[in-house]
Amino acid sequence: MRGYVVRRLVHGAFVLWAAVTLSFAVLHLVPGDPVSIMLGQGEGADVSNVSAAQVEALRASLGLDRPLPLQYLSYLWNAVHLDFGQSYSTGEPVTTMIARALPATVSLALLSLLIAVATGVGAAIAATLLPWAPARSLFLSTTVVGVSVPSFWIAILLIQLLSFRLGWFPAVGNDGLTSLVLPAVSLAIPTAGVLAQVLGKSIRTALGEPYILTARAKGAGRLRILLRHAIRNASIPTMTMIGMMVGGVLAGATITETIFARQGVGRITVDAINAHDFPVIQALVFFAGGLYVLVNLVVDLVYPKVDPRIVVRTAMA
Amino acid sequence: MIRAADATPLLEVADLKVSFDTSRGTVDAVRDAGLTVFRGQTVALVGESGSGKTTTGHAVIGLLPPHARIGAGSVRFGGKELVGQSSKEWRALRGRSMGLIPQDPMVSLNPVVRVGRQVAEVLHIHELATGADAEQQAVRMLADAGLPDPERHARQYPHELSGGMRQRVLIAIALAGRPQLIIADEPTSALDVTVQRRILDHLEKLAADTGTAVLLITHDLGVAADRASHLVVMSKGHVVEAGPTRQVLRSPEHPYTKALFAAAPSLRSAKRRLGPRSAGQTVAGSSAPSDAPVDVADAERAPLLRVTGLRRFFTVPTLEGGREILRAVDDVSFIVGRASSLGLVGESGSGKSTTARVVLGLDRPHAGRIEFAGQELTVLRPRALREIRRRIQPIFQDPYASLDPRFSVEQVIEEPLRAFRVGTRASRRSRVRELLDQVALPSAVRHRRPAELSGGQRQRVAIARALALQPELVICDEPVSALDVSVQAQILTLLASLQDDLGLSYLLISHDLAVVRQICDHVVVLRNGRIIESGPVAQVFDHPREDYTRELLDAIPGRRHDAARVGSLAGE
Repeated sequence: MRGYVVRRLVHGAFVLWAAVTLSFAVLHLVPGDPVSIMLGQGEGADVSNVSAAQVEALRASLGLDRPLPLQYLSYLWNAVHLDFGQSYSTGEPVTTMIARALPATVSLALLSLLIAVATGVGAAIAATLLPWAPARSLFLSTTVVGVSVPSFWIAILLIQLLSFRLGWFPAVGNDGLTSLVLPAVSLAIPTAGVLAQVLGKSIRTALGEPYILTARAKGAGRLRILLRHAIRNASIPTMTMIGMMVGGVLAGATITETIFARQGVGRITVDAINAHDFPVIQALVFFAGGLYVLVNLVVDLVYPKVDPRIVVRTAMA
Repeated sequence: MIRAADATPLLEVADLKVSFDTSRGTVDAVRDAGLTVFRGQTVALVGESGSGKTTTGHAVIGLLPPHARIGAGSVRFGGKELVGQSSKEWRALRGRSMGLIPQDPMVSLNPVVRVGRQVAEVLHIHELATGADAEQQAVRMLADAGLPDPERHARQYPHELSGGMRQRVLIAIALAGRPQLIIADEPTSALDVTVQRRILDHLEKLAADTGTAVLLITHDLGVAADRASHLVVMSKGHVVEAGPTRQVLRSPEHPYTKALFAAAPSLRSAKRRLGPRSAGQTVAGSSAPSDAPVDVADAERAPLLRVTGLRRFFTVPTLEGGREILRAVDDVSFIVGRASSLGLVGESGSGKSTTARVVLGLDRPHAGRIEFAGQELTVLRPRALREIRRRIQPIFQDPYASLDPRFSVEQVIEEPLRAFRVGTRASRRSRVRELLDQVALPSAVRHRRPAELSGGQRQRVAIARALALQPELVICDEPVSALDVSVQAQILTLLASLQDDLGLSYLLISHDLAVVRQICDHVVVLRNGRIIESGPVAQVFDHPREDYTRELLDAIPGRRHDAARVGSLAGE
């Protein structure tokens, strides 16, 4: 087991390396120069009244005048030491910036995942268990709506209705739980829809398996069959989904945080990309990749607990 | 047999009609079916797939699929009408008054729940026991069902048990609620003959001890004849014949019953010979080289395939988490002569399929020689091996799984020709029609897809595909075990006539000794990867030297009834 975890972590390190290298390449390929953006913002005017010497000086101080391979190597070296330097735009250490924004995003992500799993599982069960067929198909079709509607549109709808019209929740901001509800719900709905569809499909497949006939022949009722026999067998694809959703929720947070004007990692990402703030972007890619690798490792380690047929291979194949 | 006190039947099915709603309208699966089971009695419901026997069984226990409807008739159990009763009443009845042993033990247990708990669940549902008490009772029930070391196995998951052990778990589940009736739906068809016999013996004993009645649903007339006091024969949804077993066997009245008897491989044993043929080469097992006086001088009679000292090992994880070497094939030697047939028989795990895979070149041996027409295959380079593949072709067990569902029949049969760039498009097409004709399929089927064909038709397509490259050796891995008995008979006849016409050699792998007897000249009995006995079919079958061979032969269903008498009656 330990050998397996070590091997997976080595794989994870490779994934991270690929992610940061790719982001490095993309950042230097897209048009736009961080130095001219910085100077343009700093002066509040166009770059023409800044002397070429000033530009070169700034460029040199940021290390951007060095050849690209050298920049890449020094970036890699620093990333290994978790040193991502300072933001071009604010001059603040990148890690401090991210650490400050993290709690808001983590609470948003956790709450939305919680809502997504609860409603998704609930809808999947309702879509198979309700005694009345039209009610089942109703639940089934709502999951389709959940999947199809983009989260920003749901966000706008929720703001319109629940903040502007009814005034139940604040439309923007970072203060407390009330301001968290609308972003979390709008982020959760598409995720819940996908979850309900995957789980619902797996449950229906499981219900057609011969061991369900055995259970029915024992005299088991619908609820027992669903809870004791079908759901556990159906949960593996859903667990894989939840692992991937962590990435989806992070990506969704950039949009949601922008719409709800929340300070968070998503907002920092958007700002950093707009400003070509290389150190911040690269640190964000590194952290997001690391989280993804870890979550998927945890999911893979949980599989054998749910399905005893899955054996984590302890030796190299 | 029936005493006056027991005169009320336990189960009485009358004029039962079950229909399925399909996209093409309503189809009647069962029409006017009737049967009676008295307390403690074993009644066999016999028929081929599609005859409605399983549907009838499921109707009795109220487990019809959602798109099925009971259109008419009655199912009375202990004097109470079951048709139309509420789902709550059904739940109280199932598992308590009526138990079901389902068809396939490999997939009928919940894979993520320990087997002990699955037995205890019956006690929980019917509130017969709770908690630790239920778990303890479950262990005792597993022991009663004949599961060895029940305490350890009760804590294991289904995938850690063999098929026979899983079937014992299912029997324990069916009997846990002490039901009055057990519906056993093909309880042993997926198991080896020797395991099958032990399970059926045990079920018979348990039923007798507890006074439980058994409705045994089977396609195997031999099993039915051995186990039941009464037979009910179904065909196309109708009950065509019913009565005491002895009477039905002695004088089958309905033409369908007669045909079923004639086709049952276990109740007759003559080899399917269509005409005189050249003497095939004999067989040598490593254990008995004296069986094979090889006449090397005669070039024509030189063996087509000579396997010597074949070994193939696997590393497998043990239950305790360690590893061990599994000797799947261990020092196996045999010879297949030209235009002759060799049967490899044994239970699952005996190494017969691994041997076939190695000979086909799908797997590499660890040691041993495989000589085909004088060429040593194990040292050939891939290109040369590919040429040899034209001359060795396989037919696999499951025609439902071995044909690409997206190919038309023509594409399936043509594929080997395309792969070896044989002929032009037009010549290949005409070859396909010729091959279809050889396997007695109308040429119109070439535009259909495998899903539109019956099991027997699919196996004919698989045979045509195997013959496309005009091979010399055809390796048949359980070629008929997925088919109904009457279809089995047709396919075996086809294989025998193709051999006579084309001079083919067969390496036939089967767990079914009756099939081997019908088609093979020589037989090799394998157990745990080693040869137990080998020789000409007549010698091995009539005068087995080893106890294991005798055990295999005794386990063939239908042996309890005087096979010769039944065979001669049915054959006339």
